[in-house]
Amino acid sequence: MPDAGAACAGLGAGFTPGRASLVAYVMGGYPDRVRSLEALRVLAAVGVDVIEVGVPYADPLADGPVIAEAAAAAHSANEGGFGLAETIALVAEFRADPGPDVAAAPPVALMTYFNPMLKLGLPRTAQLSREAGVAGFIVPDLPPDSARPWLAVSAGLDTVFLAAPTSTPERLAKVGERSRGFVYCVSTTGVTGERSGLPPALGQLVARVRAATTLPVAVGFGVGTPAQAAEVARFADGVVVGSAIVRRQADPVALAEFARALAAAVHTAR
Amino acid sequence: MNDRDDVTDAVGPAAEAGDLIAELGPDSEGFFGEYGGTFVPETVMPALEELERAFHDAMADPAFHERLDSLLRDYVGRPTPLYRADRLAAAVGLGCVWLKREDLNHTGAHKINNCLGQALIAERMGKRRIIAETGAGQHGVATATVAALLGMECAVFMGVEDIRRQSLNVYKMQLLGAQVVPVSDGAGTLHDAVTAALRHWVERVDDTFYVLGSAVGPHPYPLIVREFQCVIGEEIIDRMGEIDACMPDAVVACVGGGSNAIGTFHPFLRDIDPEGRPLLVGVEAAGLGIDTDKTGASIALGSPGVLHGMFSYLLQDDAGNPLEAYSISAGLDYPGVGPEHAFLHDAGLARYESVTDAEALVAFDLLCKTEGIIPAIESAHALALLPRLAAELGPKATVVVTVSGRGDKDIDIVREAGLGA
Repeated sequence: MPDAGAACAGLGAGFTPGRASLVAYVMGGYPDRVRSLEALRVLAAVGVDVIEVGVPYADPLADGPVIAEAAAAAHSANEGGFGLAETIALVAEFRADPGPDVAAAPPVALMTYFNPMLKLGLPRTAQLSREAGVAGFIVPDLPPDSARPWLAVSAGLDTVFLAAPTSTPERLAKVGERSRGFVYCVSTTGVTGERSGLPPALGQLVARVRAATTLPVAVGFGVGTPAQAAEVARFADGVVVGSAIVRRQADPVALAEFARALAAAVHTAR
Repeated sequence: MNDRDDVTDAVGPAAEAGDLIAELGPDSEGFFGEYGGTFVPETVMPALEELERAFHDAMADPAFHERLDSLLRDYVGRPTPLYRADRLAAAVGLGCVWLKREDLNHTGAHKINNCLGQALIAERMGKRRIIAETGAGQHGVATATVAALLGMECAVFMGVEDIRRQSLNVYKMQLLGAQVVPVSDGAGTLHDAVTAALRHWVERVDDTFYVLGSAVGPHPYPLIVREFQCVIGEEIIDRMGEIDACMPDAVVACVGGGSNAIGTFHPFLRDIDPEGRPLLVGVEAAGLGIDTDKTGASIALGSPGVLHGMFSYLLQDDAGNPLEAYSISAGLDYPGVGPEHAFLHDAGLARYESVTDAEALVAFDLLCKTEGIIPAIESAHALALLPRLAAELGPKATVVVTVSGRGDKDIDIVREAGLGA
């Protein structure tokens, strides 16, 4: 019998055949707890399909300056810091009340480094997340090779593994086979953050990832404008936008306007 | 998940030496007991797999060993002396103290043993650009040196606080043709430099080889660094055999990430039976004291967690964020420790103690005055354990200390601290 979390559909519910989904990344606790909750509600209201909530961490190996600085700001803006437990509680509050005009909150994935999960305890992380209605986890420093202890305790939660431009066919097969919900295709080597142009071979990369999985393939890292999002939406099942959203996270009006433009671009690209 | 069994089992020392070595690790997934592993972004996973293959391929190739050995002999100046320091022994109340003089290596520290090995692997892999992190600057200088030797491009990541503390080494790297990249994140020390180097590697993984300087990081780095540093312990054992010296009662080395210590300890664990094996003691930096928050004693005060791609003891807060480490020594202020040391600690195969800044300074001064040797402040932490060992083991005991480096780089720091005044 699945536990309480079964009430929450998996991350796959955020994907619709025939059209691309917008996956929006928000930093938990940034600029403070209340305003990060408001940002989640803004994104739900404008119709983003999946929300990733970042867990503030002091050593964000895979993140660029915008997300790293937001993490540091979230940590210091909240008394006692803001970590994984606080982020899970934030998601629970959002799921319980996604905002006045929102029928159902979109599925939420936590994006966290592995050590906060270890520190909280893997079984406890899974249990609290299921209770909060978290749909899945994206853990940039947990490749499928090292994920066995987590997968053993995380039933009911989708774990999304990352595919990279450097991944070999063998590794793509492993990523595709062990991922649940969707596969996160990293567009470029390097860290998260906006870039002036998309890599020219991105379409081929997505095709390679697609060949390795039956799951939706979402592309992230370096997508920062509605035009770039639309371009990616033509060949990917999902478009992840992070830094460009986090930069507007403190301003609900700007955030709503930007997210609405992104959603329109992604949803009408094909 | 045993995808790499075939690679690891086919070659390498673990395959030949039987169960004991297998127990010492790492296993096919890079774990020493429960420590180690590979916790890095997917982007670098293929590069780590490629590195592991290239490493085992090199280790199985006699031509690689021939080249490495001849450079270690003719360029680095190995074997380094095992020197009997009688005046020091008398001063600390021990029967006999042997100093393994890694400070006499070219570039002044043990770091070059590993740099040379890794750079030769980079060369085999066709990578013409190497990067490194550095704390005290010794690993940076050694990497810049082998880059010059092999005609490679080199960039060294260094925290701004360490750049301030170690300006001599910064200038040396620049003289050697390397680019020194200042890292201003965090406290601007070794931890931040490792993170910056890893991030940069993620971006430039196609043409760049990351020469990691300590026995830390994702598999296979802790294994590679250990294997290239084992020459320290092997030479100690060989030399003691040559001169018919009795097996020491204890062997001591300082531990930041733990490369000179693992290179010193591993041959004793691998080649000497437990009954005849000396006590192996790693010395962490206590900084201002392990009862303060200004410390680098990851084993004494840390708890298991993931940092820089490995699972090991880690100084961390309640939410799992790594804490800033502190030590007077820029080579020991690291919030983690190599996974093999975490394993040796838990298994009781080695013991770990810590030494404060003040104790290290006293030992630094003592070695200068009794033996005419100016040690690195890192190495002074190992030397500072001698009086404690004398109290524990008695006045007839024999102790070997690895002097990991020389102290030229630390002159300003010890002068600031009031030595020689």
